[in-house]
Formats: sequence, C-alpha cells, structure tokens
Amino acid sequence: MEIIISNSSGVPIYEQIREQIKAKIVSNELKSGELLPSIRTLAKDLRCSVITTKNAYEELVRDGYVVTIPSKGFYVAKVNLDVAREEQLNKIESLLDTVVTLAKTNNIEKKTITEILDILYEEEK
Amino acid sequence: MENILEVKKLSKKYTGFELKNISFELPKGMIMGFIGENGAGKTTTIKSILNIIGNYKGEVKIFGLDNKKNEREIKEDIGVVLDDMFFPEILLPKDINTIMKDVYKNWDSDLYFKYLRDFNLPKDKQIKTYSKGMRKKLEIATALSHHPKLLILDEPTSGLDPIARNEVIDIFQDFIQNEECGVLLSSHITSDLEHIADYITFINDGEIILSKTKDELIEQYGIVKCTESEFKKVDKQDYIKYKKTKYECELLVENKNEFKKKYNVNTIDKISLEDLMVLMVKGEK
Repeated sequence: MEIIISNSSGVPIYEQIREQIKAKIVSNELKSGELLPSIRTLAKDLRCSVITTKNAYEELVRDGYVVTIPSKGFYVAKVNLDVAREEQLNKIESLLDTVVTLAKTNNIEKKTITEILDILYEEEK
Repeated sequence: MENILEVKKLSKKYTGFELKNISFELPKGMIMGFIGENGAGKTTTIKSILNIIGNYKGEVKIFGLDNKKNEREIKEDIGVVLDDMFFPEILLPKDINTIMKDVYKNWDSDLYFKYLRDFNLPKDKQIKTYSKGMRKKLEIATALSHHPKLLILDEPTSGLDPIARNEVIDIFQDFIQNEECGVLLSSHITSDLEHIADYITFINDGEIILSKTKDELIEQYGIVKCTESEFKKVDKQDYIKYKKTKYECELLVENKNEFKKKYNVNTIDKISLEDLMVLMVKGEK
C-alpha cells in the first residue's frame, strides 16, 4: 500500500492518511476484508505520531470504511460503493457551487463554464 | 488510557530558580516531547522524576507506583539517558556490559552488542577515543539493553548529526511498537519531535505552560502575520503572545480557524514547534 505524506501541504497528516486509504478502498485497490497495518506500525513507517494514525483510523471506522476487531486489528469494511460514490458526488456538487457563485458574481455565462468543463474533460483523456 | 508516568504538583526551590507546581501525564504507548529553553527546568524535572534530586514537593508515579517508595523495582524498568551522565573514560564498551550485567536483572548482553554493531561503535576502544556523537549513541544503547518499559531521555539527540538522529528516532518508534511502553524525551531540536511525538509538554521558567497532543498544537495554533494597524484591532484575549518586527506583527493564536472567522487577515501560517517556543518565550502580551 502506498501512502504519500506531505509535511508542507497544510493538510493535517491524519486527513492525508484518511483520504488516501479511503480512495484506495473506493477504487477497490484495498479489498473488503483486507487487514490494514496496525496503528503503531503505520506510525513508524510513515514517521508520524501514533495519535495521528489513530485519528485517521478512527474516522475511517466512523465513516464505515474500516471495521475494527478488538485485539486483532483494522480491516477494510464491506463498503457500499454507491454510498461512497454519493459522497464523492456531494463533494463535486459543493465545488461546483463555488464555481457557479464565482461565475454569477462576475457575469460569466453558463455556456462559458460548460465550455471550460468540456476542455478540461478532453485534456484528461 | 492508563498513564505510565504521572507528575503531580512538583515543586523545587533553588536560589534563583524554582520549579512551580509542575503537573503532567504520559499515557502508555506514547512519546512525549519535553521542550523549553536552556535553564527552563527540563533537567531538574527529569532528575526529580528519577529521584536523583531529592527533597522536592509533590508526587511522581511511574507504572502507577510511587517513585520514592518503590524506587528499586521501578528503576529495573526504566532506561535513562542524562545530559551529563557518563562512564569513566578509560572503560571499554565491553566493560560496560560486564558492569551492567550486575546492575540490571534483565540486562541483555546480546541486545547490547547488537546495538553497538548497529551504531558502529567499536567495543574494544576506550571511551575517551569516542566522539561526542558516539558517546551519546553508547549511552542510548546502554539505556535500551535491559528491556525497559519507560525511557527517560534528557537531550538524547544533542550532538548527533541528522543521520544519527534519524537512526535514534527510529529506535524510539520501534520501542513504542509495544503499547505497554512509553518515552519521555527532552530536546531542543524540535524537528525531531515534530514527527514522532504524540504529546508536547512545554516548560518555561519553571512552569508548564502547555501539555497537549502534538496534532492539536500543530493543527490549531497558528501565527498571524499582519500590519500594525490590523494588530491594533485585535482583542487582547484573542492572541497568546505577539512580536513586532520592523515590517510586520506576528501573533501567536490558539485557534487559527476561529481567528480567521473573526478577523479579516490574509496570512495565518502553520506553526512549527520552534516558532511556538520562540514566540512563547520571547513574545510580549
């Protein structure tokens, strides 16, 4: 499993860990039932504090991505991918909301925005 | 969570210096960084915890036991590196093994010699030929070789180059893979602590001015950088300390997000432990 931590990005480290593990679960790179590294091993390997990895795992458990079996460890949960997708869609919606507000305050037409979207999608390919 | 170390209302008076009612707790399985400028009281606190300095007021509990009444059994399970402790210079590292075998019931010669090899410390050379960094590593190897549960280390990385510091930090993280263990380490090389410490306890002029998880500190505290006219609009209770320079004002704030909500400022920087120390000690209120 690859996790890349940036110490200068300004994003708290537990959030970076949480988001990257979440992404791996949603993309099915980490499969349901798979055992995750322990809090302490992960902290050592990522060179961060135990509290940081503990926070990341606790939030993954809270959000239903990971289940914990006492004295055994943390396992990838059976994630309902529709729910996960829904969550990502919500994120996109709120980002687009910012875009729309910005466009409206500057009198930019919807057509221009969709054009930009089209271009961005093309670039992705 | 159970505490491996508890310091309660510790006081000690010297002429010209005083520890004032110090209290903090270290839970099991955690690393605590103990920071403060030279002369703030780090070593006095550590020596009181170890009962090297007697007649202080207050209470210290290690593994839930009183550090004076149960001194013998507690010390079996503590590994210590002090700033000024050292073995006689004519000794060879292998002599230390012979001595320590009689001191600690759990002394592990194999482990000791393994650390010597890992640290590239020749066992047949007199300690006086060792460099400063090598001596420090030798002390650390000695502190670890009786399978302690609690490590108490006063400036363990001072005098070490970045590579050696990295090796030592790795060892501490290995050490707390066992969640029954704990580490209290004082340092003024704050970058070491920024990575691995779970808790930060900050002592200034004999007083504990904060003791928190490092994540809380790094994520919540911030440094606001603003102009003098902006600074004048800020309420006194909304910052901890400030520093004025020729070009800007720096404000140490406890919660950068709340500050952002209340005031319209552009620059709030993430804090490093070093910034925190400097502003806490040198800043004004």
